[in-house]
Amino acid sequence: MSSAEAVAPAPRRRGVNPPVILLVGSVALYVSVALATGQPMMLHLDGIVGLLQRMVGLGLVAIGQTFAILVGSIDLSVANLISVAAVLASYIMQGRPDMMAPAVAAVLAISAIVGAINGALISRLEVNPLIATLGVGLFLQGILSASFTNFAGSVPKEFQAVAYGTFGAAPYSVIGLFVLAFLAWLLLRATKFGAHLYAVGGNSEGARLAGIRTDRVMIGAHTLCSLCAGLTGLYLASRLRSGAPWVGRDGVYDLESIAVVVIGGTLLAGGRGGVWGTLAGVLLFAVLDASFNMLGVSAYPKLVLRGLIVIAAVAVYTVRSKELTA
Amino acid sequence: MTLALKAYAHRPALARRINLAVVVFLAFYLVIGFLQPAYLEPAGIMNFLRRAAPLAILAAGQVFVLVSGGFDLSVGSLVTLTVIGGSMLTANDPSNTRWAILALYGIGLAVGLINGAVVAYLRTPSIIATLGALLAINGVAMTWCGGSPRGYLPENFRMFGRFVFHDVPFVKIFPVAILVLAVVAALAWWGLHGTVFGRRVFAVGDNPRAAQLAGVRVDLTRIGVFVISALAAVTAGILLGGFGGVSVDVGAGLELQAIAACVVGGVQLMGGRGTVVGAIAGALIMTALFTLLILLGWPQPLKDTAQGLILIIAVAFGAWRRRRAG
Repeated sequence: MSSAEAVAPAPRRRGVNPPVILLVGSVALYVSVALATGQPMMLHLDGIVGLLQRMVGLGLVAIGQTFAILVGSIDLSVANLISVAAVLASYIMQGRPDMMAPAVAAVLAISAIVGAINGALISRLEVNPLIATLGVGLFLQGILSASFTNFAGSVPKEFQAVAYGTFGAAPYSVIGLFVLAFLAWLLLRATKFGAHLYAVGGNSEGARLAGIRTDRVMIGAHTLCSLCAGLTGLYLASRLRSGAPWVGRDGVYDLESIAVVVIGGTLLAGGRGGVWGTLAGVLLFAVLDASFNMLGVSAYPKLVLRGLIVIAAVAVYTVRSKELTA
Repeated sequence: MTLALKAYAHRPALARRINLAVVVFLAFYLVIGFLQPAYLEPAGIMNFLRRAAPLAILAAGQVFVLVSGGFDLSVGSLVTLTVIGGSMLTANDPSNTRWAILALYGIGLAVGLINGAVVAYLRTPSIIATLGALLAINGVAMTWCGGSPRGYLPENFRMFGRFVFHDVPFVKIFPVAILVLAVVAALAWWGLHGTVFGRRVFAVGDNPRAAQLAGVRVDLTRIGVFVISALAAVTAGILLGGFGGVSVDVGAGLELQAIAACVVGGVQLMGGRGTVVGAIAGALIMTALFTLLILLGWPQPLKDTAQGLILIIAVAFGAWRRRRAG
């Protein structure tokens, strides 16, 4: 190792990085379950595309959650915001193609505002991120559930293409997920904002003393996170053809997005990690889902396994640490 | 003059000794009494306390975990498991109640031990560990009753939640639930503020490394707080089983309400500061808030919105006070 590498700021702790381990492990699990249960058609193009499509909903919001966790924060409001976005989109559209653009614009605007409020509460009012985002989430959910009790409105056929349209064999939604992941990776690796994000997440006080406007970085990260949640809401509205006030909570997107980010190797304390790890974590969850289906595990034991796997997957990283976590 | 000065010098100490949450609760309760005078009569007060008892008990358990620097998100699902498990174990036979309750406390003990061990030895952040536990315990409860709970709880099981002594001097009626709350509150107060274990919980929450160097068994302290929280959850579940019927969502969201109650009661997240009196007063404030909303005729879902607002305000106020104090 040359001396230039020896002073590199973030030394690798492991030989192989977590995304690669996760990717290989997930693929191996998927292939072996498909073969063991005698369902080789799951390995054909249709099966693979179906697997990737399982990733989209969780993947979009998890990319956003990666920003929030990298900056040393966390976002518990995403599930509620997803419901708001899905309901708002289908309510504004009311099945009319000409209302698609206004609906999408409104959803993204609301999402950005919610993210900015989250970030401002955390950085300006110094509210603990868990409480700030939990409070905002409860606030949103209360208003949404008081205004809507069931599926509201509907999305036009044209908008359903978001979830059901394909480009050749590849669904738009899967392409969109990977494009978003690539953009997020670019933002983190190649821009000043990305560098500041890691700096604030690694050591907020140090970053502030180095002249970084930490409050702006925090607000920016949360705005991106909420925008991603808004995208998941739009995707769900398209897939379900309408939005209901429980779609976000039913998907457990708050907890699962945090879990996949941490499983993907991003430190819960912030400052280290990345988007590809998150995507690998999402792939693992999609594979588990598909495997449970192939194995015929019924819904409730599946819930138990999910919970245990979340703990086990995170414990794999944390068990070697010398730090005293709480 | 000297006298006046002396009196003035005492004021900050006195002001600090009076818990702000208690004052806020009394103010809230007076507003409720103003809107609905029945709440100011002894029977009204007793009924209010009875309804607040489960949340207050959960908060009295949660405060241990919060002061130690962790979170316990699994308590809501444990309440559900207690109610469903109670109906399955008793199988409609009152003679089973005694050992069923023992078995439920055994389950609670096991859950607490597992939560604590995962945090202490696998070094998984408690927010992830108890989140996984939440999913898993919900899954166990659903699997146990096959998705739809059958039967009912025997009357001698429901007694703890619903039995009321009549013709008691001064207060006229005295629900057993208040007796349970009083016992739990006294035990919790003694445990956190009157024992060596309690001092250790504060030490671990304040600075785990320093506590460890001072000879505190951090691992055992962590396991202890999760066990206390889990046993409190079983107690709250037994009370709630007497309040209403057996359902799969009886405990849903209670973990957040308990944390919110603690936060409103001045307990500091990430550890080191908090009181049992504050936590219970916080639970009373939350219950008073929900009662107030019902009296004002607000739609039920806006309960969430109000809870979110009060959470953010309480924490922002705490942060502001700390900043001002320096």
